[in-house]
Amino acid sequence: MSTIDTHGPHDSHAAHGHDDHGHGGHHHEGSYLTPRGGLFSTIWSWMTTVDHKKLGVMYLTAVLTLFFVGGVAALAVRAELWAPNRAVSETQPDGTVKTTIKGQLFNIGVPTEVTKVDPATGKPVLDAQGNEVKEWKRVESLNSGNQTYNRIMTLHGAIMVFMVIIPSIPAALGNFFLPIMLGAKDVAFPRLNLLSWWVYVFGSVFAVASVIVGGVDTGWTFYTPYSTMTDAGHWRVVAMVAGAFILGFSSILTGLNFIVTVHKLRAPGMGWFDMPLFVWAIYATAIIQVLATPVIGITLLMLIFERLFHVGIFDPRMGGDPVLFQHFFWFYSHPVVYVMILPGMGVASELIAVHAHKRLFGYRAIAFASLGIAGVSFIVWGHHMFTAEGELAAAVFSALTFLVAIPTAVKVFNWLGTLYKAHISINTPMCYALSFLFLFSIGGLTGLPLATLSTDMHLHDSYFVVAHFHYVMMGSTLIAFVGGIHHWWPKMFGRMYNDTWGIIGCVLVFIGFNVTFFTQFFLGTRGMPRRYASYVDEFTIFHQISTVGSWILALGFLITLFNLLHSLVAGKKAPPNPWGGLTLEWSVESPPSEHNFHHEPLVTHGPYAFDEVVPFHRTPEEFPLPPKPVGGGHH
Amino acid sequence: MSAIDSHGSPPTAAGGKGPLWSRMKHAHHFRNHDEEFDACKLGMWLFLTTEVLLFSGLFVAYAIMRMKYPQAFTNGSHYLDWRWGGLNTIVLLLSSFTMAYSIRNAQMNKQGWLKFNLAFTVLCGALFLVIKFTLEYAPKWAQGKRPGFLFSYPNAQDPYEPIWWSIYYSATGIHATHVLIGMGLITYLFLRSLKGTYGPKHYTGVEVVGLYWHLVDLIWIFLFPLLYLIH
Ligand code: HEM
Ligand SMILES: [Cu+2]
Repeated sequence: MSTIDTHGPHDSHAAHGHDDHGHGGHHHEGSYLTPRGGLFSTIWSWMTTVDHKKLGVMYLTAVLTLFFVGGVAALAVRAELWAPNRAVSETQPDGTVKTTIKGQLFNIGVPTEVTKVDPATGKPVLDAQGNEVKEWKRVESLNSGNQTYNRIMTLHGAIMVFMVIIPSIPAALGNFFLPIMLGAKDVAFPRLNLLSWWVYVFGSVFAVASVIVGGVDTGWTFYTPYSTMTDAGHWRVVAMVAGAFILGFSSILTGLNFIVTVHKLRAPGMGWFDMPLFVWAIYATAIIQVLATPVIGITLLMLIFERLFHVGIFDPRMGGDPVLFQHFFWFYSHPVVYVMILPGMGVASELIAVHAHKRLFGYRAIAFASLGIAGVSFIVWGHHMFTAEGELAAAVFSALTFLVAIPTAVKVFNWLGTLYKAHISINTPMCYALSFLFLFSIGGLTGLPLATLSTDMHLHDSYFVVAHFHYVMMGSTLIAFVGGIHHWWPKMFGRMYNDTWGIIGCVLVFIGFNVTFFTQFFLGTRGMPRRYASYVDEFTIFHQISTVGSWILALGFLITLFNLLHSLVAGKKAPPNPWGGLTLEWSVESPPSEHNFHHEPLVTHGPYAFDEVVPFHRTPEEFPLPPKPVGGGHH
Repeated sequence: MSAIDSHGSPPTAAGGKGPLWSRMKHAHHFRNHDEEFDACKLGMWLFLTTEVLLFSGLFVAYAIMRMKYPQAFTNGSHYLDWRWGGLNTIVLLLSSFTMAYSIRNAQMNKQGWLKFNLAFTVLCGALFLVIKFTLEYAPKWAQGKRPGFLFSYPNAQDPYEPIWWSIYYSATGIHATHVLIGMGLITYLFLRSLKGTYGPKHYTGVEVVGLYWHLVDLIWIFLFPLLYLIH
């Protein structure tokens, strides 16, 4: 047996003369992006890679692709809402009255099971036993536009929640940067990481398949009994639910991997409070993923049983309890909103500290606030069910929900405190960080009227809720994600993008977002319910403003996308530390080498000690340290 | 402190002399074997947490339905024969014992006993499933004691008995799936043990699969009284 590919870290270095060893950092191993072999073997090596960086890039690609699909669905939904749907009756020249539906974009019919008819005879086709043969056909009806709307809306919601926002920051950026920020060579279980990527792909395929065969109209919340009865007999609802179930597995495996990585693979010298706040955020997220996702797993499994075998646990006809489904669903899905936001908060902390070149104000407070949010998130689920649960429960859940606001506000004030009197660089990542602060504040504050029982009775299931969660999910998490992409793009791909176009994209996204969603607060307080394809005429102007906003938003994202892609072919080569960051990822090459570090790093300073250390690869002239009366830096 | 700049590889057998377990390498991104062992154990404990939470959903459903329809659930547990459930409990407990013993065998380098105990554990799992399917599921299913809409038992005493059967089949069915997965994992261990993969310095796999198997056992220990014994 050869020794070439089998030596571990303790083997003597002299024993083998491999040329892609970076002993002592004397020569480069080549970046992780360097292709090995021809096209097919390169593709194969990506598909089977256990390198956390490549997996991060693969998640990034998948998430952005699905974001595009979900985004097109969103534009379609907004376009449908341009005008209310009205039945208009016209008297034809021959005296008959013809009724048409105006204002509908989606009247393309709904797949429905119908009796197969022989076109030649006009009679139903019979099989060998003499039974009528059924087939699936698109049937148009007055209602079919609404049904298509429901399907596209569900597609949008399910893709964005389960396939975009939940994996976005943790799976893409987290995979890439968590190990590097800890000074590790990889995550604790690299093969598990590959598995969870494939599980993610597999789950997405299920969900997308259900759309191809006609779509699901349950909404992303799959409330029973509607979800157990709609499209009875067709498998597409089961496919969608199974897709969500499988995606949950991927989420659990990723979370588990990250927790173990944080516990076991920190570099020497890195204590818990030397970890970057991004890592803290991902850690808190991972805890929620591991503890909450199994509950949605069993819930979705029971929903599948319900559809396949009518087991009746959620079915009132058999004595089951549909509200039980809501409890189960929100027991997961409330914590999962923090799976969505915590990583965004982590990114915001990095962006703000690095681009304001200042020690983060209240590091420990932010770290503990992450854990606090994770903890509280498990006891507030009932606030989604104020209208479905008992009064006492509603009052208790309302009171508990206000607790969430405390750690949340702690973070916001700390970020503002960091920006105060700081040396702020106005560049693309900072633009996104400021957008995040602004939009997250609106999103968080509008959670409070929803948490208040009396006001929520009015606002529940209205556009106010829609606006609220778009401010926190899209305005905060997604904005932080895109901001994070801009912050780490030079590190991931070794190229600088055009900052001006980056800022233009960001500003357009910010404006478009507010035009789209701020309007919806007005719609909601005026009584526009969510999930309808039509509305009373009075709301027309608001809906049209909102739809125009969605176009601005789309334009902003397209510019951003082109700007980033353009940098891959024409961008300047990125230096190792373009922003002057102090966390470990800035100490390695851009893009990083295959094993991240040439030597195991030794951590000697905090992640935000901008007042003590000159950042890696930078000179004191570029980053002058403030004069310090006592102590001093380590360098 | 070790440098991590060498080109490591996942645990594979290195060249050289000695039994296979003594030549197993830890994965390249761990500093040493102990660190890898601890990481794997922590990972498995986290996974077990998710399993407990998965089943706790079922237990909550059980508790709520039992509160709503106590009579149906009392009737339900009378339909089950505690002797078969009890026998299965003994089978699983025995298998947990042999599983734990196989870890000890690996640590002590008793290769023969290791193989025997692993194989014995798999057989216990199989016996459990055979009892479950042939002596419990099959006759009940034939009598019409089925979940939900499939229910057709003519002598039901309470209109909500179908719900009881739904809970019964869901809980025991998901548990049986776990037994099956566990058997698969232990079979894998067994096949690898034939090559001498596990020994005093390398028994992580046996240890973590063992943890999993004990949990599967533990869940049954909860299901058994809830379903069979409480009247
Ligand atoms: C201060 C923090 C927050 C509070 C007090 C809060 C409160 C609430 C309440 C009470 C509701 C239920 C409204 C109703 O259905 O009538 C709600 C809905 C929602 N919130 Fe929040 N929220 C907060 C932050 C967040 C964050 C950070 C996210 C996600 C990143 C989020 C995502 C959602 C979603 C997705 C819904 C609607 C779910 C649906 O029915 O489809 N919220 N929020
Ligand atoms: Cu919530």
